[in-house]
Amino acid sequence: MSSALRDLYQEVILDHNKNPRNFRPMKDATRKVEGYNPLCGDHYTIFVKMDGDVITDVSFEGAGCAISKSSASVMTSLLKGKTKAEADLLFQSFHKLVTGELDAEKNAEKLGKLAAFAGVSEFPARVKCASLAWHTLHAALEKENPETVSTE
Amino acid sequence: MQTLTATYADEHLKTPIPVEGCRFHFPLLRREVNGKPLVYLDNAATSQKPQVVIDAIMKYYHEENSNIHRGVHYLSTKATEAYEQARVKVQQFINARSMQEIIYVRGTTEGINLVAATYGRTNVGEGDEVLISAMEHHSNIVPWQMLCEEKKAKLRVIPMNDAGELLLDEYEKLLTARTKIVGLAHISNALGTINPIRTMVELAHRRGIPVLVDGAQAVPHMKVDVQELDCDFYTFSSHKMFGPTGVGILYGKKALLEAMPPYQGGGDMIKSVTFEKTIYNDLPYKFEAGTPSIAGGIGLGAAIDYMNRMDMQAVAAYEKELLTYATKKLSAIAGLRIIGTAKEKASVISFVLEGIHPHDIGTILDLEGVAIRTGHHCAQPVMQRFGIPATARASFAFYNTKEEVDVLVNAIEKVKEVLG
Repeated sequence: MSSALRDLYQEVILDHNKNPRNFRPMKDATRKVEGYNPLCGDHYTIFVKMDGDVITDVSFEGAGCAISKSSASVMTSLLKGKTKAEADLLFQSFHKLVTGELDAEKNAEKLGKLAAFAGVSEFPARVKCASLAWHTLHAALEKENPETVSTE
Repeated sequence: MQTLTATYADEHLKTPIPVEGCRFHFPLLRREVNGKPLVYLDNAATSQKPQVVIDAIMKYYHEENSNIHRGVHYLSTKATEAYEQARVKVQQFINARSMQEIIYVRGTTEGINLVAATYGRTNVGEGDEVLISAMEHHSNIVPWQMLCEEKKAKLRVIPMNDAGELLLDEYEKLLTARTKIVGLAHISNALGTINPIRTMVELAHRRGIPVLVDGAQAVPHMKVDVQELDCDFYTFSSHKMFGPTGVGILYGKKALLEAMPPYQGGGDMIKSVTFEKTIYNDLPYKFEAGTPSIAGGIGLGAAIDYMNRMDMQAVAAYEKELLTYATKKLSAIAGLRIIGTAKEKASVISFVLEGIHPHDIGTILDLEGVAIRTGHHCAQPVMQRFGIPATARASFAFYNTKEEVDVLVNAIEKVKEVLG
């Protein structure tokens, strides 16, 4: 595999694409938002259960490319038990990471598993894939009744 | 740099170009992408340009740049001549009766919008119907939808079978007294299907209904004769037929064009203007407001000169061979499904890989130097018809080779290795 290819499709991404975590609908979700990228047809629903300011559960379902799916999966696996403020901070770090504004190596501790998405910054056409689930979650946390979110 | 004069010598314009070897006339095909030789298989999106087209544009800006139809000075005359000569080349290329039937537009999309906004607005009213097919590009859906919304008319759709062929029985049933115009793709950009335009035009004409044909995908692959097709409007883009972007053609039958109101108002489309009244210009200028893409028109003319030097029958035969070869090779890949398997097909192959999203295919192929299109190809209803969000699409031109098909196939195997 070429190094650019390996940088993009890291083990964490391949694993979460094949075996997505928290890949299920949630009946008792307190927030539910659809995210859609009309350009490529990626389409996910993010379910969030909030207890006050704390995310007690988060899950997703839908379909899309390996980058968008693994990103949604990794996101859900990181957010359980986090407060809204903590989730916002992660969202900001992730956004900076995939747009090349944040050095993955220097921020390895802060990023954890998110560091796997550092390679995306080399592929401008794929940044929207990686951010779709995060934008959708962001909308879910911001508004009580958000509409569909689109990254196009 | 090549000498422009040599390229433009008359004998050069007449020398036939064999299909094999034409590749070397396209400088961009010599470049590398991501450290690999470029394999350009996105021709349905836009084609590459031969050196003669690039030279023609450069020559215009080096030697003739000036506004057309206006100045009495030398350069303006030269530019006008070159631009108008290109119009005649287009007329001859598609065998229109008169150069008055050849209208310069920005591209196929504008051609359709022009007809919807002029012929459509004049002739479609409340309760009327506009008929299009299930395989249209968004550009042949949305302008009609906008018109139907404005006029309280109805958009009807000719269905297709699982192979991606239009159902002609259903088409006949949909042609009624309420149908005011039919809009059809000559070749589907997402499926490659070649529609039986001649037959479909005849069926519509029996009921006195005019037909607009979106020829964007057809002109680069086959000889198009608008008189033989007998369609009322035919529109296509320069950039898909080896010419520059920003220019296209709307052909319309003269009687229809004469009866239509102008599209945009401005300079060049008028004979005289007072604040009380404007007298519109004659055809084709009535529809050409503002300074057009002059270099674009001249570049399109050069692209037609180039294509005229090729034997289009040989081109069609070669592309058919490429299509057959690629279809066979791709079908042999486990988990690969071709979307669009019409009997009459142009060299376009849409496909999906089981469990792998087209965007991932596109990215990995790109790293192998292979450029394909991934997504819905501006034909979301086609994707919905086949129950898929997107496809990967390899589309071929006469400069592509079987070796390139092999590179594509190996690259797809790599996709499966990484993501399978």
